Amino acid sequence: MSAGSGNRNTNTEPWGSFDDNLVQGGGSAVIDMENMDDTSGSSFEDMGEMHQRMKEEEEVTEEAAATEDDNAEDGEFLGMKGLKGQLGRQVADEVWQAGKRQASRAFNLYANIDILRPYFDVEPVQVRSRLMESMIPVRMINFPQKIAGELYGPLMLVFTLVAILLHGMKTSDTVIREGTLMGTAIGTCFGYWLGVSSFIYFLAYLVNAQITMMQMLSLLGYGLFGHCVVLFVTYNIHFHFLFYVLWLLCGGLSTLRMVAALLSRTVGQTPRLLLCGTLSVLHMLFLLYLHFAYHKIVEGLLDSLEGPNMAPMQRVARDVPELTLNASMRSLGPLLRAQ
Amino acid sequence: MAAAADEASRPFAGLSDVSISEDIPVEGDISVPVGPSTRRRNDDEFSTLDEPVRETILRDLRAVGKKFIHVLYPKRSSALLRDWDLWGPLLLCVTLALLLQGGAADSDYQGGPQFAEVFVIVWFGSIIITLNSKLLGGTISFFQSLCVLGYCIMPLTAAMAVCRIVLVAGSGTVSFAVRLVVVTASFGWSTFASTAFLADSQPANRKALVVYPVFLFYFVIGWMVLTFSPSQ
Repeated sequence: MSAGSGNRNTNTEPWGSFDDNLVQGGGSAVIDMENMDDTSGSSFEDMGEMHQRMKEEEEVTEEAAATEDDNAEDGEFLGMKGLKGQLGRQVADEVWQAGKRQASRAFNLYANIDILRPYFDVEPVQVRSRLMESMIPVRMINFPQKIAGELYGPLMLVFTLVAILLHGMKTSDTVIREGTLMGTAIGTCFGYWLGVSSFIYFLAYLVNAQITMMQMLSLLGYGLFGHCVVLFVTYNIHFHFLFYVLWLLCGGLSTLRMVAALLSRTVGQTPRLLLCGTLSVLHMLFLLYLHFAYHKIVEGLLDSLEGPNMAPMQRVARDVPELTLNASMRSLGPLLRAQ
Repeated sequence: MAAAADEASRPFAGLSDVSISEDIPVEGDISVPVGPSTRRRNDDEFSTLDEPVRETILRDLRAVGKKFIHVLYPKRSSALLRDWDLWGPLLLCVTLALLLQGGAADSDYQGGPQFAEVFVIVWFGSIIITLNSKLLGGTISFFQSLCVLGYCIMPLTAAMAVCRIVLVAGSGTVSFAVRLVVVTASFGWSTFASTAFLADSQPANRKALVVYPVFLFYFVIGWMVLTFSPSQ
């Protein structure tokens, strides 16, 4: 029977055969039995159940086949179904492939750690001397200065800066809406390091300076050493004068060093001015920002400004009396003050 | 059609014959080893499937406790490295985060460390230290390093407990001095213990480079413990 009905229903399209096998019990039952797992079908109850199901399926199929025989567009119908099945299989295949690719990429990230290893190939003595050198500008701009493309020192300096910044934020009672102190500190430091490095690298690319991305990262990273020292001192000793002196001295020295290194690798007046001007302005302003954004004294100043005897609304345009909003505020003011 | 249905049942005809017939007696050794406990004592590899849950948990807890002792007395043993687990670090991390939690109870003041912050610092900090040590050419595996760094938070967690007790007694200069001493001691202890375990896996000339991030990591945690003040 299986052969007969199978023949009857098999259409000429090659992709129809898969559906045929699914729909027809007679042909597929044998195949299923052969392919069945030994463990799954071992109990006799299962066999009985399976048998019954097969029988039912066959009956249904036979009925369907009988009706489909009369149908004129029999092949077309099955063809549609086959197409659908193929499409589904293709989609499932693609999803599976994409998942596999992502998983293997995540795994490769760990395996590819070796790519980064050369940039961490340093000795403690080297790191120490590079830290020292980051504060000593070299006046040699005729010959390209040597810049080591290394990431250990910069990375550690950025993490140190994160820790110092966290300390500054905590002591200044900084309140950050919609975020954590930790996230802000990490975002600020890494954002500055990576962002400014890429920006300067882009500029250097435009003006044809001889520097690679790794060298830029290393240069700017070691330039943060001055920032770390200044911020560590001034977050704990609150003298404005001291800060400005240190800002000019440490920040200035580390900036000068980077500028000198960049100068020696750039040709032409305008490119040098553009590159070094951008870098020094960004670097010095970043230190100012870090100091004043998260500093205790400034916070204290704000606290005294926003004392309890002041009205809680500070940013209403008081100087424009004809504003109706202001009038309503004025009427609200005593009310609020009374509270 | 009826003939076809008969034919269809043929594939299963063989199956019905499989049933055991009465005339052949069933033979073979079907005795199950009834007393597995007596035999298990002799074997090194034993099954944990049929032991009480309490025993399993107790055994794991005992292993964690043994590792705590290793941290408290860091002689260069490889027990902490050989069979690593992350239960102890999780336990310590959660304890520390819960102890630090009280400071940020009132919603107005955000300076206190939040639970998530402590959690993130501990785990991401250890991951970064581990990656750093891998990059510097360490021979330790990823989870071994995580395990060691996590277990070595224990002195700082203990210091946190002490700090809370001291803070209950009062928060003056004396209390701060006591806390400072306790936190400094436990910070040194943590750093020393983790270095004792981790330093062996590093090339001799690079130990300082590996120790620095560890130092920074425990310093941040220790500083968080020191600056903790409960809400009024």
